Amino acid sequence: MAHIDTHNSENRSNKRIAYGLVLLVALMIGMSYAAVPLYQLFCQVTGYGGTTQRAEDSAVGIIDREMMVRFAAQVDPDLPVKIVPAATQVDKVGKKITVNYRATNLTDAPVSTTASFNVAPASMGAYFNKIECFCFTEQTLAPNETVEMPVLYYLDPELDLNDELDTIREITLFYAFHAS
Amino acid sequence: MANATAAQNSHDAHDHPTGWKRYVYSTNHKDIGTMYLIFAIIAGIIGGALSGFMRWELAEPGIQIFPGLASMVYGHEWQSAVALDAGKHMYNVFTTAHGLIMVFFVVMPALIGGYSNWFVPLMIGAPDMAFPRMNNISFWLLPPAFILLLMSMFFEGPPGGMGTGGGWTIYPPLSTSGQPGPAMDFAILSLHVAGASSILGAINFITTIFNMRAPGMTLHKMPLFAWSILVTAFLLLLSLPVLAGAITMLLTDRNFGTTFFEPSGGGDPILFQHLFWFFGHPEVYIMILPGFGIVSHIVSTFSRKPVFGYLAMVYAMVAIGFVGFIVWAHHMYTTGISLDTQRYFVFATMVIAVPTGVKIFSWIATMWGGSIEFRTPMLWAIGFIFLFTVGGVTGVVLANAGADRSLHDTYYVVAHFHYVLSLGAVFAIFAAWYYWYPKMFGYMYNETLGQLHFWVMFIGVNLIFFPQHFLGLNGMPRRYIDYPEAFALWNMVSSIGYLIMALGLVFFFASIIESLMKKRKAADNPWGEGATTLEWTLPSPPPFHQFETLPKVK
Repeated sequence: MAHIDTHNSENRSNKRIAYGLVLLVALMIGMSYAAVPLYQLFCQVTGYGGTTQRAEDSAVGIIDREMMVRFAAQVDPDLPVKIVPAATQVDKVGKKITVNYRATNLTDAPVSTTASFNVAPASMGAYFNKIECFCFTEQTLAPNETVEMPVLYYLDPELDLNDELDTIREITLFYAFHAS
Repeated sequence: MANATAAQNSHDAHDHPTGWKRYVYSTNHKDIGTMYLIFAIIAGIIGGALSGFMRWELAEPGIQIFPGLASMVYGHEWQSAVALDAGKHMYNVFTTAHGLIMVFFVVMPALIGGYSNWFVPLMIGAPDMAFPRMNNISFWLLPPAFILLLMSMFFEGPPGGMGTGGGWTIYPPLSTSGQPGPAMDFAILSLHVAGASSILGAINFITTIFNMRAPGMTLHKMPLFAWSILVTAFLLLLSLPVLAGAITMLLTDRNFGTTFFEPSGGGDPILFQHLFWFFGHPEVYIMILPGFGIVSHIVSTFSRKPVFGYLAMVYAMVAIGFVGFIVWAHHMYTTGISLDTQRYFVFATMVIAVPTGVKIFSWIATMWGGSIEFRTPMLWAIGFIFLFTVGGVTGVVLANAGADRSLHDTYYVVAHFHYVLSLGAVFAIFAAWYYWYPKMFGYMYNETLGQLHFWVMFIGVNLIFFPQHFLGLNGMPRRYIDYPEAFALWNMVSSIGYLIMALGLVFFFASIIESLMKKRKAADNPWGEGATTLEWTLPSPPPFHQFETLPKVK
C-alpha cells in the first residue's frame, strides 16, 4: 500500500500553502482598515459624497453663471446651542462670498461644538471651495454668548465644464453641529 | 503528530471511532460533511419558519400576527400599544434573522461545508482533506455562531425592543447608535465566528485541491464541482476578512468609542456600505458558484454526455469570481455616487451576464442531442437553470442605475435575489441532495416522492416570488410589516405559495424517512455511464477511508 504523504498536516507543501493563505486573509483584514483613511482621502480629493474642498485663495476668476446657495444646519439634541443658518445667497460662480452662521449658547456654562458638513447635490462637493470656515476647528462658546461664525467660500468656475451639473441651479451647504 | 505519522501505515490511528466521539472529535471529511448537511437542514427549518411568520403577517393588509407573537414570546400585555410596537420590531428582527440564517447557516454550510467536504476529496481522488483537524474546528465553530445569532433575538436591541432589526446588511447608524442594546453585539459576534469558520474551511479546500489531486489529474482535468469550490474558496478568503474588518469597526464604534462610521467624530456611515458590499457581492457568488458546479455534473450525467465546453465553463467561473469584486456599488446607486461612477458600475455589472450566459449556453448545449433521463436530480437541475435565468434577467434590469432609482429596496429586488438564491442556490442544494443521496447514505430515495417534492416546491416558490415582481414594480417597499390595500391580491397569492412550498418540504422529509425505512441498497453507480467522476467508482456509501492506493487519472 502506498504511503500517502499528502494526507498529513506535517506535509511541508500543505503548510506552505496554508501560511500563504493565512497571510492573504491578514492582508485583506488590513485592507479593510486601510480603506478608512483611503476613503477619507478619496472623498477629500474627489468631493465624493458632497465633501467640500479647502482652498487657500480664489484666483480663477468669475464666470457668467448664477448659482443659488442655501445654508442649513442641524444641531445634536444633546447640544444646548441655537444655530441660525446664514441667509440664502444668489451670486455669480467664482465670486468669493462671506456668510455668517449665528450660534447662541443657551446655558450658563461654556459649551464646545464641532461641525461636520457636506453639500447637496453631492456632485457639487468637488467645486465648493472653502477658504475659511468655523468648521475647521472646534468652537467654544462662553456662557450665554452669541457669536457670528464666518464661512468664506467660492464656487469653482470649473463646474461649468461638468455636464453632470448643467441642470444645477441651487445647492445647499449643510452643517451638523455635534456635542464634543 | 509523530505518533500519528508513524502509525499511519499500520492504520492504528485511523480506527473507526464510535459513539459521540465519532462526530465530536471527527476528522473524517465524510462525517463532517454529513454534520454540515444536518446542521443546514436544522438551520433551514428555523430560517424557513421565520419567513413563514412573515408571509402569514403579509397575507393581508394590516398588522395581525406579530403583536400577538410578541406578547407570547416577550410577555407583553395582550393587544396593548407596547405589544404592537414590539410586534412591529419583531417583524424586522425576523427579516434580519431570516436573511442572516439563510446566508450563513443554510446555503453556505450546505454547499461549501456539506457537499464540498463530502465530494471534493472524492472527486479529486484524495483520501481526506489536507487539514482534517482544522476541518473539525470549521464545523464546530458553526453551532456556537448560530446559537449566538438566535440568542440575539432575546436581548434588547433598540430601547424597548428585543433583537436586532436592521436587516442582514446591518447598516450604521441603525446598527450603532440606533440599537444600543446587546442584541446587535451578539449578532456581530455570531458573524465573526461564522466568518472564521468559513475562512478556515476555505484554506482547507484550497490546500486540498492544490496539493492532493490524484496522480494525473491536472487542474484542467479536474471536475467542475471541484473547480467551483476552488473559485468559491478564493472568493471567501478575499471577501470575508473585509466583512470581519467592517463589523469589528461596528463593534468598536458601538462599545469602545471609535468613530469609523460616526460623523460627529469624522467618520462616514457610507463607508460601511462600501465595505459591506465589497464582501456582500462576492458573497452572492459564493452561494451560487458551488451550485453551478453541481448542476454541470447532473446535467452531464443525465444527458449521458460530457459537459459541453469544459474549459469555457471553468474560466467562466473564474471570470464571474473576478468580476464579482468590482461591481459592489451597484447596491449603492442611491447613495449619491457620481453619474460616471454609476456608468462604470452599470457596465461592469452587465459584463457578468457574459460568463453567466456562457454557462447557461453550455448547460443547454450539454443537453442538446443527449439521451436525457428526467430523474429527480435532473428535474432540480433543469429547474435551477430556468429559475436562475429568470433571476439573472431581473438582475440585468436592476443593474441599470436609472431603473434602480425606482426599484431600489422594493419587492422587485426581493423577488430578484430570491430567484437566484432561494430558487437558484436552494434548487442546486436539492439537486445535489438527490444526486448524491445514494452515494452518501447508501440507500436509494423514492423516485415518486422526489419528483413530487420537486413539482410541488417548484410551483410553490414561483407562486411566492413571481408576484413579488409585480408588487415591486408597483412600488411596494421591502422591510415593512404593513402595506396599502392596493397590494393585497399579490401578497395573498405569495402567501399561498408559501404554504405550497411548505407542503413540498413535507415530501422532502417523507422521502428521507421512506428511504431510511425501506433501505433499498444503492449501487456504486446508480446513474449509469453518464456519471464519470471518481466518487462513482467507490462503493455506496464509500468506506470510512478511501483511495488508500491513489487512483490514476489518464
